[in-house]
Amino acid sequence: MRQVCLNMVYELAKKDERIVFIGSDLGVGTLKQFKLEMPGRFFMEGVSEANLIGMAAGFAMEGKIVYVNTIATFLTRRCFEQIALDLCLHRVNVRLIGNGGGLVYAPLGPTHLAIEDIAIMRALPNMAIVAPADAEEMRRLMPLTVNYPGPLYIRLAKGSDPVVTTDQTPLEIGKAVLMQEGSDALLVTTGVMLKAALEAASLLATKGIEVAVLHMPTVKPLDADTIAEQADRVSVIVTMEEHSVIGGLGSAVAEVIAEGNFNASKRFKRLGIRDLFPEKYGSQDSLMTHCGLTAHSAVSTIEQLLEVSDRPTV
Amino acid sequence: MDSSLITNKVQCGLTTPLDRRSKELRQLIIRTVEAGRRGHIASAFSLVEILRVLYDEILRYDPQNPTWPARDRCILSKGHGCLALYAILADKGFFPQSELWKFCKSDGILGGHPERGKVPGVEASTGSLGHGLSIGIGLALNAGRDRSGHRVFVIVSDGESNEGSVWEAALCAGKHKLSNLTVLVDYNKCQSYGTTFEVLNLEPFADKWTAFGFSVKEVDGHNLEELRTALSQLPLASDKPSVIICHTVKGKGIRYMENNLEWHHKNKVSDEEISSLLVALEGY
Repeated sequence: MRQVCLNMVYELAKKDERIVFIGSDLGVGTLKQFKLEMPGRFFMEGVSEANLIGMAAGFAMEGKIVYVNTIATFLTRRCFEQIALDLCLHRVNVRLIGNGGGLVYAPLGPTHLAIEDIAIMRALPNMAIVAPADAEEMRRLMPLTVNYPGPLYIRLAKGSDPVVTTDQTPLEIGKAVLMQEGSDALLVTTGVMLKAALEAASLLATKGIEVAVLHMPTVKPLDADTIAEQADRVSVIVTMEEHSVIGGLGSAVAEVIAEGNFNASKRFKRLGIRDLFPEKYGSQDSLMTHCGLTAHSAVSTIEQLLEVSDRPTV
Repeated sequence: MDSSLITNKVQCGLTTPLDRRSKELRQLIIRTVEAGRRGHIASAFSLVEILRVLYDEILRYDPQNPTWPARDRCILSKGHGCLALYAILADKGFFPQSELWKFCKSDGILGGHPERGKVPGVEASTGSLGHGLSIGIGLALNAGRDRSGHRVFVIVSDGESNEGSVWEAALCAGKHKLSNLTVLVDYNKCQSYGTTFEVLNLEPFADKWTAFGFSVKEVDGHNLEELRTALSQLPLASDKPSVIICHTVKGKGIRYMENNLEWHHKNKVSDEEISSLLVALEGY
């Protein structure tokens, strides 16, 4: 996904002179062709993330569209104030490409895990957040980022995630994508968790439970209408994200449901990372399993909630 | 650092006289404070001559067209000094002087820190320190890339230079040899809690900027001739960013405010205090 994202920056920059790329101290050879062909629009400015954001704001104030890339936590945690003031307050066209959203850097430990990036970016006025499900969706997303007004955070997953979307899957920034319909429960996901959500829905289908899967490639601005519309049709709603349960997609959906004032009662659960720094290393997959972010945990959660909601009221 | 050197630096600018225009700009600042009843007055008073020389003689701009693409960009990174910026922008006609009388009021555009988009002539919203220089680098790199020829000026404070981001930016400006970028440091040697020597010493300050790849000049920041000479020599070197360290006096123009830490920020400023400030300024 990362490779596709950066290749797209290069392809888009070839066609659009407004596009500027700023990296921190990325891997050797990153965007080599970009640097060769468009040296005046390629900057690699070292481990000085706060400065990168300010610089990007300066370029954007002059009409440039700036793609900034480094590790997600170093952007969102370290540069929070620069993002808030230089980018969001000025509402400039800077796109932050955060490598390793979620648990991608599991072997590197908690300094590198981006588990509250969505929460803190979501709290900032004017900021938009996108988290594609796979490389295919990333390919279709990137052209849409060029003219999107204001700052945008692009959350990258790891390199070779399975592809679950197709070129026919609809995509528009700010719109939810209903991947499959279902009348028993609603599973809402973002980013690469879509794969596990679809698996969970298939497993439940074999048991006669129909689960609607709503993929949120955009977490902000949130497509609250579609969430409310889908939530209205079911009794059980579960969110699933590679992120803290505090402040991310689950919280955003909870807010929509809480304010939805549905006539029928709803059962709701957020699947995500508990309020802690994950203490284990291993692989992204093993850490996801450790945190309960699997198709099977979604299945059991939905089953439990359905049992509770099917229980006759006394 | 040698204490006599510190004394010399602190003394610099103390005896420099103020002419009529410098006093009138300070009067405008006092009148603005009278309207808002608050503000970083002393931080603005150390800036007046720097801004005055820039806007009177150095910067290229059009108050009727504040976003004119060919204008020079000037960022007040020490946003808390905005009272001085507002006074000079009003004086130049970027907005009517009557806006000053709505300082910090709900129907005004002038807040306690300046905002781009709200205030004509303000290039960047500042207030949290350590942001302006990085933004200025983006502007300066872009100007060089587009060969548009305009220049970028960033005014930072000494306390602001405590911020690591200032030095990240300084490294970057040096790397790119941004000769179209000039940093002006309002070095009044007082921050909020105490002197810069006590709180977080910046010395040897000029050497630091030199080491980061800047060409450095030090001036009395209240001496019009020294400011004029330095600013008309820009860039100080053809292949480096420039920094002009302006030795200033916090509260310059009011004897009892000068180097008086009590005056870093004031609120609930009374009518009596306003009268007393105006009298003291006139007698300076």
